Amino acid sequence: MDWPLVLGILPQVVMDGLVLGFMYALIALGYTMVYGVLELINFAHSEIFMVGAFVGVEILLVLRAGGLLDPLNPFLVLLLIVLTGMLVSGLLAVAIERVAYRPLRSAPRLIPLISAIGVSFFLQDAVRLVESLWRNAFYLTYPSFPVFNKRIELGETVDFSVKSLLVIAASLMVLVALQFLVNRTRLGKAIRAVAEDQPTASLMGINVNRIISVTFLIGGAMGGAAGVLFGVQYNTVNPFTGFIPGIKAFTAAVLGGIGNIPGAMVGGLVLGLLEAFAASYLSLFTGGAFGAEYKDIFAFSILILILIFRPRGLLGEVVRERA
Amino acid sequence: MRFRLTRLVILLAVLALAVPLTAEAQGKGTIKIATQSPLSGELAALGEGIKLGTQLAVEKFKAAVEKAGFKVELVPFDDQAKPDVGVANAKNIINDKDILAVIGHLNSGVAIPSSEVYKEVNLVMISPANTNPLITDRGLPNVNRVCGRDDVQGEVGARFAKDELKVKSVYIVHNKNQYGQGIAEYFQDTSKKLGVQVLGFEGTEERANFDPILTPIKAKNPDVIYFGGEYPQAAPMFRQAREKGIKAKFMGPDGLDSSELVKLGGDAVAGMHFTTVAGGVKEYPKAKEFADEYKKKFGKDPEPFAAQAYDATAVALKGLEAAIKEAGGKVPTREAVSKATRKVKYSGITGSIEFDDKGDPKKATYLIYQVGKDWKDNKLVKRLEIAAPAAKKQ
Amino acid sequence: MSFTFRLRRSALAVNVLVLALIAGSAFLVYAVPRSILAFMAFQASLLVVYYAPLAHRVKMGYAVLALGVLMPVLGTINGYYMEIAIQVGIFVALALGLNIVVGLAGLLDLGYVAFYAVGAYLWAIFGSPQAGKFISAALVSFPLAPGWFFVFLILGVAVAGVTGVLLGLPVLRLRGDYLAIVTLGFGEVIRVLANNLDKPWNITNGPKGITPIQRPPLFFDPLLRVAGIEVSPFTLYPLYFYFLVLAVVVVVILVNQRLEHSHVGRAWEAIREDEVAAQAMGVPLVRMKLLAFAAGASFAGIMGVIFSAKQLFINPESFTFLESIGVLAMVILGGMGSIPGAIIGASVVTILNLQVLKGISLWLNELRNSGLEFLGFNLANLPSQFEPAKYERMVFGIILVLMMIYRPEGIIPARRRRLETYHRGEEPPP
Repeated sequence: MDWPLVLGILPQVVMDGLVLGFMYALIALGYTMVYGVLELINFAHSEIFMVGAFVGVEILLVLRAGGLLDPLNPFLVLLLIVLTGMLVSGLLAVAIERVAYRPLRSAPRLIPLISAIGVSFFLQDAVRLVESLWRNAFYLTYPSFPVFNKRIELGETVDFSVKSLLVIAASLMVLVALQFLVNRTRLGKAIRAVAEDQPTASLMGINVNRIISVTFLIGGAMGGAAGVLFGVQYNTVNPFTGFIPGIKAFTAAVLGGIGNIPGAMVGGLVLGLLEAFAASYLSLFTGGAFGAEYKDIFAFSILILILIFRPRGLLGEVVRERA
Repeated sequence: MRFRLTRLVILLAVLALAVPLTAEAQGKGTIKIATQSPLSGELAALGEGIKLGTQLAVEKFKAAVEKAGFKVELVPFDDQAKPDVGVANAKNIINDKDILAVIGHLNSGVAIPSSEVYKEVNLVMISPANTNPLITDRGLPNVNRVCGRDDVQGEVGARFAKDELKVKSVYIVHNKNQYGQGIAEYFQDTSKKLGVQVLGFEGTEERANFDPILTPIKAKNPDVIYFGGEYPQAAPMFRQAREKGIKAKFMGPDGLDSSELVKLGGDAVAGMHFTTVAGGVKEYPKAKEFADEYKKKFGKDPEPFAAQAYDATAVALKGLEAAIKEAGGKVPTREAVSKATRKVKYSGITGSIEFDDKGDPKKATYLIYQVGKDWKDNKLVKRLEIAAPAAKKQ
Repeated sequence: MSFTFRLRRSALAVNVLVLALIAGSAFLVYAVPRSILAFMAFQASLLVVYYAPLAHRVKMGYAVLALGVLMPVLGTINGYYMEIAIQVGIFVALALGLNIVVGLAGLLDLGYVAFYAVGAYLWAIFGSPQAGKFISAALVSFPLAPGWFFVFLILGVAVAGVTGVLLGLPVLRLRGDYLAIVTLGFGEVIRVLANNLDKPWNITNGPKGITPIQRPPLFFDPLLRVAGIEVSPFTLYPLYFYFLVLAVVVVVILVNQRLEHSHVGRAWEAIREDEVAAQAMGVPLVRMKLLAFAAGASFAGIMGVIFSAKQLFINPESFTFLESIGVLAMVILGGMGSIPGAIIGASVVTILNLQVLKGISLWLNELRNSGLEFLGFNLANLPSQFEPAKYERMVFGIILVLMMIYRPEGIIPARRRRLETYHRGEEPPP
């Protein structure tokens, strides 16, 4: 075993894992919030995420075409695309809820799931149609900002790019804001009440439908933010971008304890780190017999193990089973 | 429950009435050419290129067949890059008596089972894009391709890396699909044979986040990174590699041969080398004309396999022409078309095409390009004409 | 109401009507073999048989007539229909298997296609030269003789069933959505394994897939020759696979029915409705859940064996997560927990995907080729971005959403579900 190599890249691997983990955490929040209030796996969330990524790249490309990209401050531009991405994705999530889930509120639980899968298929092709009409291509790439790609050297083998730090900082800010919103505001209290018990909440004078819409808005916005940051970090987006991160983020949500907001964050980070470790080290540790291609197996096996020993997820608490 | 029955009966009656309206006229004089490629899903851009290339060729070259009194039509099928859909389409195709040739597929995994279906009726298939050796090594009389093969291409790439780029070590990454892994293995084999140190051989299905794969690469510091796969993965990977400060040279196979590579990869891919089985526009005056027409008609530059599809279609039409002549101006049998196609000699936009006895081009062209700042600035570095190796017994 | 009464009373009239429909639509297919609408009419006539107010035994007779006699004849005329019929059959068996797990026992399984993969790879590895790459030729030489196929049908059931139990054992403590994610993970694990086990030992040949896979022996061929029937293997194999699939589907349906009405089936439904209450009433949770997993898995296993033999070539691309979702959509679209529902769901989705959407694409393509003018706009000038063939999945998505909104209980709901979906006092629609 090449120990100097293994140890030398360790900080880098941790950093990679954290960036990915925060991304998963942001997406996972969308799943977990919706699950919390509706007990629905919002399958279309990965497409909400993808739409956010496309909004970001479209704004950048339009700005660039207008010659406005270079004069503007890159940090301002980043703020602009994150906020717009959040807004569009949030509204999209609300619209999806109104059209495809609300009419099914009283149906058996798997029915909205199928509806969500339908929405997911629809959105993938719809984005593809729009983009191929508008740009005649549906693989788009984020223009790069030299400032973001600068590397901060921390030693001979360790250096981080500015944008990794930005992604982490932005995710942290969004997560803290959400935590504050849910735990410290009247609106948050209403959301928690609806999640706990819908009929009772409505008896207490809470407009359940509106709260559900707000939940979708927030969850969608988180997804949108994740989409834009994903694009900034990894550059390339296409209409099918959302699928894999969506599944991983859903796994993260379950890992942390679905319906639990801090749980989603923890789950995302754990999964991100696991994935980074597996992909970087498997090949080194097994002498090339197994490689990065096993990272998903590794992630899922750990997930299964954790669930066997903590069937409610890492932070999930035992709650009353609802019919 | 009972109302349902009446409703169904009415529906059935309507259907039955509608049948004669839409039943296709069993035209005496129509010959159809089918395409099979993924028109939806992730590979849709490449699949559509095949379809559009074929469409252009049909419009351009159909005159000879139409002179013989036939109408030539294109029928595109979407195989969704899925083997079972491809096979179902193939069954549909062989049951349409008017279809006398198939241009396709994109994925070898779809092409292999589908071509077993075409074989049943000896329907000729000309592949514009399947570089997997197994396509022709099965020795089917009806299956041909106009492009080169992975085994040769991988070797060409490795030799180039050793002899011209003077590299001492390589790190090979591939995309875990049939094509990418195959060509990466051929590249690895030759590299080892030539004494180039292979620092790593890694597969990944990842499409966005290449960080964890790149981190060990950076530490091992190879002279060149070879990516076996297609541009949608290669471009972001190379770009992230540069952003991570990796200084290695980049190489790849013909899966990278698309203007999208530069669009997606930006400066990171400028200066890298790739091997390909088809020439760019500049190498063939005729290809320029094709590219212009394509752009005018469809509003975008031709995708990687569009030119090959164009040539494959031209070959198919030549084969049809010959078979019609042989049949005395009547509709030829599919077997006759297959036989005639194998004998076609044609000088197309991607080079001259002549098949050997198992359907490989007798002399396939392999080219090595260096990517420019813009796709138009690509520089041809090397050009080789190599015959396909004899089929290996499995 | 009076209309239905008359129908009821004169069984003769119904019989004549049904027979006329079957025969008429079959004739249409015969007369215009390329018309997809004709074949759809034939498929729909089977639905009429299902709904017709006739005795069970009579319906069976019609079904045997249509599926056992007419379908093979039509399929020989147009092999595409045979392929559709075979694929429908395969998916019907898969949907019925998943229906046990999801519909009856209420365990959401998002990785069901893994068991299908297990069956398919089982025969692919041993029914091709592939196994020779990791088993010494001194022991056994591969491929195995075609006759082994039948042994592997049974083995496929067994191995997939055991895999189901192995997966079931650790996840039994999980409920609901945790189970869903674990099964999803398991499905991915199986696919990734299939994609990667070409090193360090070459077991699955990785992404390159396995070919050529042996087909079952044409043991009846000599008999046909004696009878003076000369048929080429190209017409014989589809027929062979059709009857094989049909036979398996019939067995699967019988097993399903038996299970549903046995104490096992009732135990499953009890678990689905309320696990705690079921346990309190003495339902052995562990054993029943394992049984559900094993039963569902084994149906997929046997179909996997047939699929790989039919396909001659398999690689991991046939066993993706989307495939699992597709089967789940069939079960729910048809009506969860309902056997006829699963059958119709699988048929509708497969036919939609292979036949209807493709048919529409081809038809639109023809319209374009004909250069028809529509509102003064020449259709031939339609930009290629609007190529209908490219948006089949979008149409499928819209259909799924609309279906769920307007008929959430499925096409043919299970009796109990139907009553559940509609509140008391509200008449369930017919």
